[in-house]
Amino acid sequence: MRAGVSVGALFAVALVLAAVGASFAYLDMPLGALFSGSAVDEAVSFVKRFFPPDLSPDFLAKVGFATLETLAISLLSTLLAALVGALLALPAAGRHGVAARMGARFILNLLRSVPELVWATLMVLAAGLGPFAGTLALALHTTGVLGRLFAEALENTPPAPAEALVGGGAPALASFFYGTLPLVASQWLAYGLYRWEMNIRMAAILGFVGAGGLGALLYYSLSLFHEAQASTVILAMLAMAIAVDGASAWLRRAAA
Amino acid sequence: MGFTLEGVGLTHANGFRALAGVDMQVAPGERLALIGASGAGKTTLLRVIAASLRPGEGCVRLLDGEPWACSPRKLRGLRARIGLVHQSPPIPPRQRVVTAVLAGRLGQWPLWKSLASLVLPADPQGAQAELARLDLADRLYERCDRLSGGQLQRVALARVLYQKPDLLLADEPVSAMDPALSELTVALLNEEAVRRGVTLVASLHAVDLALRHFPRVVGVKDGAILFDLPAASVTEALLRELYAAEGGLPLAGSVAPDEAPAIVDLPPLRCA
Amino acid sequence: MSTAVRDPAALPRLGWTLAALVLLWPLLQLAEFKPAALFEAGNLNAMGHFVAGFLPPETAPDFLALLGKATVETLAMATAGIALAVLLAVPLGLILTRSLSIARLGPGRGGWLGTLIRALARGVLAVLRGVPELVWALLFVRVFGLGAAAGVLALGITYGGMLGKVYGEILESSDARPVRTLLEAGSGRLAALCYGLLPNAARELVSYTVYRWECAVRASVVMGFVGAGGLGQLMDQSMKMLNGGEAASILATFLVLVLAADALSELLRRRLA
Repeated sequence: MRAGVSVGALFAVALVLAAVGASFAYLDMPLGALFSGSAVDEAVSFVKRFFPPDLSPDFLAKVGFATLETLAISLLSTLLAALVGALLALPAAGRHGVAARMGARFILNLLRSVPELVWATLMVLAAGLGPFAGTLALALHTTGVLGRLFAEALENTPPAPAEALVGGGAPALASFFYGTLPLVASQWLAYGLYRWEMNIRMAAILGFVGAGGLGALLYYSLSLFHEAQASTVILAMLAMAIAVDGASAWLRRAAA
Repeated sequence: MGFTLEGVGLTHANGFRALAGVDMQVAPGERLALIGASGAGKTTLLRVIAASLRPGEGCVRLLDGEPWACSPRKLRGLRARIGLVHQSPPIPPRQRVVTAVLAGRLGQWPLWKSLASLVLPADPQGAQAELARLDLADRLYERCDRLSGGQLQRVALARVLYQKPDLLLADEPVSAMDPALSELTVALLNEEAVRRGVTLVASLHAVDLALRHFPRVVGVKDGAILFDLPAASVTEALLRELYAAEGGLPLAGSVAPDEAPAIVDLPPLRCA
Repeated sequence: MSTAVRDPAALPRLGWTLAALVLLWPLLQLAEFKPAALFEAGNLNAMGHFVAGFLPPETAPDFLALLGKATVETLAMATAGIALAVLLAVPLGLILTRSLSIARLGPGRGGWLGTLIRALARGVLAVLRGVPELVWALLFVRVFGLGAAAGVLALGITYGGMLGKVYGEILESSDARPVRTLLEAGSGRLAALCYGLLPNAARELVSYTVYRWECAVRASVVMGFVGAGGLGQLMDQSMKMLNGGEAASILATFLVLVLAADALSELLRRRLA
C-alpha cells in the first residue's frame, strides 16, 4: 500500500518534470543568450532609462486622472457584473428548472473563458475607443466569474427560511429577498471584493488595446520611448494595487 | 378556518412512511394539541394541514376547498391565511428582528412594499406590538444571531402572530424555552385563538401543557391517530400506550430529546 | 412615531445611500458610461460586420496548424512560467516563514536582522506581484525582443510574487510545534522544513500551485497582445484585420482550453484533497 503511493508520487513528479522540460525545450528559450554579457549590459542600460521617474506636475496630473479613470472602470464593472451575475446565478443554481440551469451555466462559462483583454478588443469595436469599452469588457468577464461563484453559494444555502416564507403565501421574489439573500449576502460581498482586487489590476492594462485608464498612458509612453514617464505610471499601478488590497481587506473584516 | 383530512397518507422520498390513513375533522375556532413520541409524524401532519406538503394519498380540505386542486395563485392566497410556527425558527441569522417579524405579512403585501420594507421597515409599531406580548419589545432592532434559542423561537412566534392567520399552526413552539415561559407562551397562543376566533393546532412535547391548555387532544403514534378526545377523557393508560417506546411521560420540566433549534450556518468562504 | 420604535439604522442607511449616489455620478462620468454608444450607427456597423464574419469559423488546414502550434506554445508558456515562479517563490516564501527562524528561539542574538530580511522579502514580493504580468511582459519584450521568452519571464515574476506570499502564509499557518522541537534540538533549517513543516503543508502547497497554473494558462492566452507569443498574438492579428472567421476559431479554442485547464486543475486538486 505504502509502496504503491510512493510509486504514484514518483510518477507524478517525473511527469511534472517532463512537462516542464518539454515546455522549455519547445519554447526554445535562449536562456544562455539572456545572460550573456552584452544582453546584461543592454538590460542594465534599459533599466537605467526608467530612473528617475518623471514627476513633473503636468505629467503627475495626467497620471492622477488616469488612475481615477482606472478606479472608476474597475468599480463600475465589478458593480455591473455583480448585478448581472446575481441575475444569472438564480437560474444557474437550478432554481428555474434543468434547462434554464444548463443555459445559464453555458452563458457564464462562455463569458468567463474569454479573457478580459479579448473582450476589450471586441468592445472597442462595439463602443469605440475609451474607458466605456474597458468597463464593458471587464464587466462581461467578471459576470461569468461572479455568476458561477454566486450560484455555488446559492446551492450551498439552506433552503428552510425561504421555504417557510413560501409556505406562508409569500411570492417567490419576496421569499428570496427575505429568506435566501440574507444568508448569502456576506459571501457574495466577499466574492465581489475579491474580484474588485483583481479587476483593478486588469483595468490598469486594458489601455493596451485602447480601452482607457493607466494602461493607455503606459503603452504610449513606452511606444514613444519615454521610459521615465512609464516608470511613473508603473509606480502608480503598484500604489493602487497595494491600496486596493488594503481597502478590500478592511471592508471584508468590517462586513464579516 | 376549519379543515378536514380524509384517509391522508404520505411516504417520504427516502421510503419512510410518515402518515397512514389519517382522518380528522376540525371546525372553525377549535383548539387542539397534537402529542406523541418524537418521530411519530406530528411535524409531517402539521405541514400537510399547512398545505406546504402534498400527501400521497387521501384528501385535504381547507375552508371547504382542496388546496392541491387550486390554481397556484389561489393556493398562495390560501397559504397567506395559514400561519405555521416551525420548530427550528427558519430565520436567517443576520436578519434583524423587525424584518423577521414583518416577513409574516409578505403574502399580503404587494411586492414593492415588501422590498421597500427591507430598507426601511414598513410597520415597526406593528412588529413591536407583537414582540411586546412575548416580552421582547426591546429587541426590535437586534440582529437575530444575537438572540438565544428561546428568544429566537419567540421571534418566529411573533412573525406568525403578526401574520394574523385564520388557521394558526405551531410545531413544538416552546421546545427551547424553560417551563415557566412555555406555560405563558402556550397560554398566549390559546388566548390569541380565542380572541380572534381562529383555529389553533399545536404539537407539543410536554403532555401536561397539552392537557392543561387545550380542549381537544390528539395522540399520534407511528403516523396514525391513536386517540382524538376531549382533554378530560385522556386516560393515563392511553398516554402510556402513546409513549410506550420512550419509557416515561415527557412533562414541561423535562428536556426535549429533539435537538434545540440551531441557527442555520453559512458554508465557509471559498475564494477560488 | 415614538422614539422607541424609530429605526436606529435608518439615518446611517440614508447617509450611505446618498454617499453612494454622490460617488456614482463622477464614476459614471470618468468611465464615460454612455450605453447609447453601443447603438451608434458606425459602431453597430463595425461590430455587425465583424460578428457576421464569425460564421463559418475558419477551418483551413493552414490556419488550424497555426492555431495548434499557438495553443501548444500557450500551454508551454504557462508551464515554464510556473516552473520559474516556483523557483523564485520557494526561497522567498521560506524567508518569510517565521517558524523557521532560529534567532526566535530563546530569543537569541541577531533577531533584528531576521526581521529586517523578512520585511525586505515581503517588499520584494509585493512589488513582483503588484505590477500586472502584462506590464512585465511589455517591458521584457523591449529587452529580449518579441517571442515567448518575455511571456515566460513575466509569468515567472508575477506568479513568483503571488506564490511566495501564499507559500509563506501556508507554512506560517501550519502547526509550528514539530519544527520548533527540531530546531531546538539543533537541526538545520532545511532539515526542520522537510521533517517538521512539509508533511503537514505539502498538500496545500501543491494544490495552490496547481490552481495558479490554471490561472497562468488564462494569463498566457493574452500575452500575445504585447508581442509575447501564443494564442494572443494570433487573436491580435485577426482582430486587427477584422477577420471574424479566424477570431471565432480562436475564441472557441480559448473556451476549450480554459474549460480543460479548469477541469484538469479541479481533478488534480480533488485527488490531492
